[in-house]
Amino acid sequence: MKIGVFVCHCGSNIAGTVDVARVAEEARKLPDVAFASDTMYACSEPGQEGIIEAIREHNLDGVVVASCTPRMHEPTFRRTVERAGLNRYMFEMANIREHVSWIGKDIEANTGKAIDLVAMAVAKLTHDKRLTAKKFSINKRVMVIGGGVAGIQAALDCADGGLEVVLVEKTPSIGGKMSKLDKTFPTIDCSSCILGPKMVDVAQHPNITLYANAEVAGVQGYVGNFEVSVNRKATYVDWEACTGCGQCMEKCPSKKSRDVFNEDIGTTTAINIPFPQAIPKKASINPEFCMKLTKGKCGVCEKICPTKAIRFDQTDAEAVENVGAIVVATGFDLFDHTRYGEYGGGRYTDVITSIQYERLLSASGPTGGHIKRPSDGKEPENVVFIQCVGSRDKSIGRPYCSGFCCMYTAKQAILTKDHLPESQSYVFYMDIRAPGKLYDEFTRRAMEEYGARYIRGRVSMIYPKGDRYVVRGADTLMGAAVEVEADLVVLAVGAESAKGAPQLAEKLRISYDTYGFYMESHPKLRPVETNTAGVYLAGACQGPKDIPSSVGQGSAAAAKVLALFSKDQLESDPQISEVDIKRCVGCGKCIETCPFTAIELTEFRGQPKAKVIETVCQGCGNCTTTCPQGAIQLQHFTDNQILAEVNVLCQQTLPNYG
Amino acid sequence: MSPTYAYYPGCSGLGTSAEYDRSTRAVCKTLGIELVDIPDWSCCGSTPAHTVDHALSCALSARNIGQAEKLDVEGIITPCPSCLTNLKTASHRMRNPEFKARVEKLLDEPVENRLPVMSVLQVLFEQVGPRRIADRVTESLSGLRLAPYYGCIMNRPPEIMDFDDCENPIAMDRLMAALGADIAPFPLKVECCGASFGVARKGMVMKLSGKLLDAAEDVRADAMVTACPLCQMNLDLRQKQINAANNARHNMPVFYYTQLIGKALGLGEDSLMLDNLIVRPVGAFRKMEEVRRSAS
Repeated sequence: MKIGVFVCHCGSNIAGTVDVARVAEEARKLPDVAFASDTMYACSEPGQEGIIEAIREHNLDGVVVASCTPRMHEPTFRRTVERAGLNRYMFEMANIREHVSWIGKDIEANTGKAIDLVAMAVAKLTHDKRLTAKKFSINKRVMVIGGGVAGIQAALDCADGGLEVVLVEKTPSIGGKMSKLDKTFPTIDCSSCILGPKMVDVAQHPNITLYANAEVAGVQGYVGNFEVSVNRKATYVDWEACTGCGQCMEKCPSKKSRDVFNEDIGTTTAINIPFPQAIPKKASINPEFCMKLTKGKCGVCEKICPTKAIRFDQTDAEAVENVGAIVVATGFDLFDHTRYGEYGGGRYTDVITSIQYERLLSASGPTGGHIKRPSDGKEPENVVFIQCVGSRDKSIGRPYCSGFCCMYTAKQAILTKDHLPESQSYVFYMDIRAPGKLYDEFTRRAMEEYGARYIRGRVSMIYPKGDRYVVRGADTLMGAAVEVEADLVVLAVGAESAKGAPQLAEKLRISYDTYGFYMESHPKLRPVETNTAGVYLAGACQGPKDIPSSVGQGSAAAAKVLALFSKDQLESDPQISEVDIKRCVGCGKCIETCPFTAIELTEFRGQPKAKVIETVCQGCGNCTTTCPQGAIQLQHFTDNQILAEVNVLCQQTLPNYG
Repeated sequence: MSPTYAYYPGCSGLGTSAEYDRSTRAVCKTLGIELVDIPDWSCCGSTPAHTVDHALSCALSARNIGQAEKLDVEGIITPCPSCLTNLKTASHRMRNPEFKARVEKLLDEPVENRLPVMSVLQVLFEQVGPRRIADRVTESLSGLRLAPYYGCIMNRPPEIMDFDDCENPIAMDRLMAALGADIAPFPLKVECCGASFGVARKGMVMKLSGKLLDAAEDVRADAMVTACPLCQMNLDLRQKQINAANNARHNMPVFYYTQLIGKALGLGEDSLMLDNLIVRPVGAFRKMEEVRRSAS
């Protein structure tokens, strides 16, 4: 076999701490190596041309590139060798950047390790086989999980692109957090007026199927052919029949039900339509508060419903949808301020969260848009806003900046002055972070035109004094302690990952970070992809985001789906397991360990045998380590290939580099 | 068998807060907690020591811990939050072997540092519990509205004190409620009273303790109840000075919580020493009787 080795400098990334010329020189001495050289940027156009030239000139059978991580450039180099006429699997990569040059400064030690890694790659390559990808067809339907503004945008863009879309929303209506906002920064346009039409578009679009009040229960399959089971939770109302007339709401005697949409400011009826612009505009019953469901008495709604839509015996139902791609847009949750004991820990009625304040500001909110204190309904004079509640605070496990709180606080301070011209707003802040388009100008306006008093410093304590609150904090610019008497305190709560986000990630087989936010495939270059092919991200499920970014990402995810679906067939990865039928004894251990249920039992001449379902196998290799017979082998990572690597490593006689 | 603890009365227990010490001993005895005074105990270092030298300050408390270890006890308890802070901080710091070695060198003898250190409040709340205390109440305090005041160091810093909530503690609230008292939502439970600045900068105490008395009046408390000798002294002994400085007319009795437990358990005046309080509680008790009479 004739092998070529190319050692990349990666500028100074590798060459700075690895003697690349020596690595190439040592590689030249290895058996089967016909050509070895070092190159400035192997991935650049001249770098790739150099590889192609060498393959042709030396008639190479395989190529090793020692450079960065395979995640970054393995596909690049596979295409390169293919262009030179080799099979793309006759290529190996040695990671001498992340595994060597970036983790140590000792040139001698690094060079030794790089030589070893190259030798291993060469040894493995001598056992490589030509593999060919199979083609499979794709189902050109897409599921969007989450009906907030990001999900709505992704769904509409996909639907407008001609795809069939299934939109799954957990709550009884789409709209997400944005539908609860009064106005949006920095333009102060009405949130529901710009979101409402989009919500209606979702309802009316012929290509969109909407499952509201439903959750994803399980995901099977792979890119192009996912099978998603959706749990449609009981609403106790037949939504086919319900016209959303609202008569049931008027007559329902149980008026103490939790008002989830209004963030528990006030209560609602047990049967309700969450808000006037709800999509779908259908009623649902909260079983905890319905007297018919809890005590067996009442049933008023059933009697008065003009379309006879009430179904007290309704149960959860399952729907199964086959789709080719999934967009995850499950959004975020707001920080639970009751964890701050010094701010009352939820005990003080007039210390409310920013989203509750939005509901007070909103014309469709519980007070009709009048700012009233929850405790006594009085108009507040002094309103104190406290920023960074659940952001940038290591002590409660939220060290990150939530990004949008500075902006919505400025907006709320402006709106407060609009609603109550006699009022005075105070804003305790740490820094103002307003990097978006027209954002800084907006916060300036809150201070300069609307007279909000900005005080830089954290609040140490809030305590009631008579029917007001004393907000005690530091003014770090003045270097003094300050106390402000407030009638209403609004906590600018930060963002955290949605409840249940890790559980959904497990179902989708995507990664999430320490805080439960979903991980993108690459933070800069693949921001809406996940590491699971065919699953894309949109909006704040990936990290705190404001509306413009969420919408932008929703469209980006839709573009990715449309690009994926522009092909009729996809190529499957041939790096999957294969059963040696002669060795297999049909014990079934591999079936038990396979996390993707990609192996099934078949019969061959009356004997039970394992069989790999090629399109389902993800190439994780669990089965190969389980098989007592060594009968199941992962292509491109066979026992022989791995043993060749180990052997060569054990035979190295280079100095010990610790 | 009743639990036995090594008892550290602290300097104030023998002087300015004799009524706290006396009522603590009486209440513990009645509730079946045996106290053995730490033999030959010495000052915990109080406020000054740790501002000068951490190792020396810890050595003072470590000596008392070492003395307690010679007894057959379950742990060390003290009524005074300041002594508690010093004992707990010493115990906490000595988990670092290097620091422990420095302390032991100062003491000329090893300290095992194995006994848990707790406040009497913690033991009464966690070991005995409000329910069992409620069962023993003979003279209910119903009709008496109390503002429970913990002071700033009973629960802080939380990683060392490791008891109750550092922003909104509830142990004393629950114990007082078990006695039948009416608990006012006192917002300044863990505020500073001015502490030992009463000597150096009296004005500071006038301001801070004055605020506490104002707040207690705001929530319509008949009396305050404390767990700290220094807080009690600032609020009670200096109440007249505070009134003069702030142009106020407070007449707020400030009890130790052990005095009120003792009263509800029917203990006599010689173990409660209510006479030692500067602001006479007679008015508060009279009001309590009136409320009860009008309710029945």
